[in-house]
Amino acid sequence: MAKIRRNEKREMPALNTSSLPDIIFMLLFFFMSVTTMKEVTYKVQFTNPQATELTKLEKKTLVRYIYVGTPTAEFRKQYGAETRIQLDDAFADKKEIGDYIINERSAMNEQDQGLMTVSIKADKETRMGVIADIKQELRRAYALKISYAATQRTSF
Amino acid sequence: MAKKIPQINASSMADISFLLLIFFLVTTSMDVNQGLARRLPPPIPPDQKIEDQDINKRNLLIVKINSQNQLMVQGKELPINQLREEAKKFILNAEDDAHLPKLVEEDFGAPIGVLKYTKDHVISVQNDVDTQYQAYLDVQNELVAAYNELRNECARKYFHKAYAELDEDQQKQVQKVYPQKISEAEPKNYGGN
Repeated sequence: MAKIRRNEKREMPALNTSSLPDIIFMLLFFFMSVTTMKEVTYKVQFTNPQATELTKLEKKTLVRYIYVGTPTAEFRKQYGAETRIQLDDAFADKKEIGDYIINERSAMNEQDQGLMTVSIKADKETRMGVIADIKQELRRAYALKISYAATQRTSF
Repeated sequence: MAKKIPQINASSMADISFLLLIFFLVTTSMDVNQGLARRLPPPIPPDQKIEDQDINKRNLLIVKINSQNQLMVQGKELPINQLREEAKKFILNAEDDAHLPKLVEEDFGAPIGVLKYTKDHVISVQNDVDTQYQAYLDVQNELVAAYNELRNECARKYFHKAYAELDEDQQKQVQKVYPQKISEAEPKNYGGN
């Protein structure tokens, strides 16, 4: 005969968490594969312009970046709100671009030197005068392979 | 009796992987590195004067962008969304128009064979100092898109594949039919500093 045991306290069974690490690892691998490491800390802020005919930058070791935008809030007092150029971790004048590129290129392997790409990450509001200056400097430094960083446009 | 192996306590594994996960979330950014790839012309030696190259007028498509980001193509105002078609018409010159670039016959090798193409066409982009970067990039993007569409059409016609799926030699063949010729004006200093 069935016995109703009401007053007896039943203990909650322990939740099996042995698969939790696997789930978290999966999340981790997902994020590792879809994201890229930040190259530098940004001192300028910029929103990428949009375009449709984009190509991916293949080898990261061959890419050097030039950031163009207005200084972020913490640097605004010191540098004003004018468009500025950032190379690596510091603000730079446009005249320093040539030296920077030549330095970076001579640090590369000899067979990679011709493959160096310069990615210009500029704010979409930037005036073309600044960009044209950068392009002239790059030409002078013989860094002819460039890429205008942009995000995929979904609609016109 | 065999000794029972005690189970390893794996409860901290989750915490460890959480830490790793959070570390990656903090140090990475979502945006992938992609962009519009272009090639700059080699520098002009300083002793050489900037000369206006003598290009036959019919071979030249002039695209001007002013400081208000408005577009002027061959002296007429044009909205940006029509630029692609205009550029394609210019590059193709399908009807052998006397005002569009001259057609030249050339053998491109099998399977394309002998084809007429506008060998010497040049698209010249001129912009103002105050043009917005986005407007400039839009124009570049549309022009590159025009070339890409033409190359794709060519690849489909002769190789029955998309341009991106062709091997390197076939891509080179297609590129020869539609050579990308986007020239940018030498920035000139109009007075001032």
